[in-house]
Amino acid sequence: MFNNLNKYLSDNPTLRYWIIRPEWVAVFLLIISIIVSIQLSPFFADMAFILDSATPYVEYGLIAIILTMVIISGEIDLSIASMIALTAVIFGTFFNAGYNLPISALFAILAGLLCGLFNGILVTKLKIPSIILTIGTLTLYRGIAQAMASDFSLGGYPSWFVGIDYRYIGIVPIPVIIFVIFSLIVGIVLSSTIYGKQLYLIGTNPETAKYSGIKVDKIKLLIFGLSGLISGVAGVLGTSRLAVARFNMATGAELEIVLMVMLGGTYIFGGRGNIFGTFIAFWIVVILRSGLNVANIKIESQLTILGAMLIIAIILTNYIYSKSQK
Amino acid sequence: MPLFDKFLRIRELGILSIILIVVIGASIIDIRFLSYDSWRAVLLAIPLILVMAMGQMMVIICRHVDISIGSILAFSAIIIGLVFIQFPNTSLLAAIFITAIVGAFLGLVNGLIVTKFNVHSIIVTLGTLSLYRGLVFIVSGGRQIDRNDIPLHIISFSQTSYIFSIPGILILSTVIVLLTHLIMKHSIIGREIYATGSNPTAAHLKGINVTKITLFVFGVCGMLSGIAGLFYASRFGYVNPGVTGVGIEFIVIAGVIIGGTSITGGSGSVLGTFLGILLLGIINVALPVLNIPGGYQKAIYGIIIVAALALDQFIIYRMKIIRGSKYV
Repeated sequence: MFNNLNKYLSDNPTLRYWIIRPEWVAVFLLIISIIVSIQLSPFFADMAFILDSATPYVEYGLIAIILTMVIISGEIDLSIASMIALTAVIFGTFFNAGYNLPISALFAILAGLLCGLFNGILVTKLKIPSIILTIGTLTLYRGIAQAMASDFSLGGYPSWFVGIDYRYIGIVPIPVIIFVIFSLIVGIVLSSTIYGKQLYLIGTNPETAKYSGIKVDKIKLLIFGLSGLISGVAGVLGTSRLAVARFNMATGAELEIVLMVMLGGTYIFGGRGNIFGTFIAFWIVVILRSGLNVANIKIESQLTILGAMLIIAIILTNYIYSKSQK
Repeated sequence: MPLFDKFLRIRELGILSIILIVVIGASIIDIRFLSYDSWRAVLLAIPLILVMAMGQMMVIICRHVDISIGSILAFSAIIIGLVFIQFPNTSLLAAIFITAIVGAFLGLVNGLIVTKFNVHSIIVTLGTLSLYRGLVFIVSGGRQIDRNDIPLHIISFSQTSYIFSIPGILILSTVIVLLTHLIMKHSIIGREIYATGSNPTAAHLKGINVTKITLFVFGVCGMLSGIAGLFYASRFGYVNPGVTGVGIEFIVIAGVIIGGTSITGGSGSVLGTFLGILLLGIINVALPVLNIPGGYQKAIYGIIIVAALALDQFIIYRMKIIRGSKYV
């Protein structure tokens, strides 16, 4: 029967194109995680609760959207979590030095942009592989944050700024709205503009892209800069949510962010993937995490599950791509 | 002067001169830096990192990176701690053997996933980094292994002297470093590791079993990180599931890359890696002497890693011009 199905699919390439796609893995996993979470605890099935528990992950989700673009272009940025911490600390330092709040936020986001551009310049000009370079800058940015803030919590913000996750429109918290709008915009840019198409071509074959007249280095630089910029936004959002900025914010968050992108079916070697997958994967992580929390499973044990899921996601995506190639 | 010319071409020369600059600079500012105590501190701090760096160097020469070593260290340290609680009379040799087996197993799991599914090792080990750390919490139940759980003969392994007042971990790590040098330079498998790292496709066509080599380097890297777990328990006298080995992978990778091991695989030496780790150890001890707060340590390591990466890329670029070849 399976052979028949295979034959039927290979006779109908359009149908096959729609059925054999890694994003369906994400949708499938989302349904499974919802069912499992409801089984684990009866208190889980509450829309307001799920939306509420999504707010801490919005910062990671925003970056995961951008990281999807970075990975599609064939690079990777692992310094994202450190950039969150660094920009948050810069924000806190400027605010405590007497600058007013919007100016400090601007400085923090600009600092994020600079960090991202620094990554981008080293990758495009010096041709250092981004996967190892961003491991270096991961240490560097976190180190600068630690040197700036040492072990202090930088707080003392006005009350209108603190607690963005407690502001709602209807039952939807504002960070979730920001995330949905942002992923819509990036999704449209990626799927239906010329820049999106160029990005996919760069990831598939940078040499060909270069000879087709695409400014490969410029676009990569832009994407890395964007990754830093959004990390800066996430740093400010995180500070608003926690009311303090510390150097050890978002420690180990690169695992969750990369997990979101990988679960969404983005191909680690570049050229394939889309925002829809990452968007679904964001909700998988949210539901899994909050479901495990409600079921009283320790945070440390959740690490094991997330780590295992990352590996399974990569293996599945690779398998499906190798199938769809035939 | 061909001899002088050859001397200038030694790749470790750069790092050696940086070490000399740091040492001379620090001793000009404060002569106490040259005292016996500060050098003893340097030499006691590095064996743990050095042993892990030997494994990581093999992995990086083979064009992979293993960032799960910190969690492997914690896992084997927790396991040996639990063994000590049950059997306080476990001998040192048995402890080394157990940690080596545990570490090698976890390393082989990394290697199996990388070779079976052909995924980039950094992403795989980013996953196992959390996976193993979670296992550490599950196995230990979140409890710390205390100082009085670890028997005296294990503690004394890193403190009392066996020969010429040299502590045991220093002797064992020296033996491991020398063995690694022998394997890398004078054995068939060592040469095959270099060949695989320079060009995996060519190595495969030449009849080298690339899968076997990859499994070997990941296994050895895990094994040495496991032994480092015993070093940790012995040196610090406690094992905490949330603290032990967190972030150590970046220090190790920093040391290996500073030591001139190329991230594109195929080149690197034991001597260079040793000097890289020595430089990090010296900086660690020099910071308080130079009146720099400890919080700056990570930033300084970060600057060193990025600078070393840029330098490495610059050297590769120069080699391309000298040899006129695309492949180095």
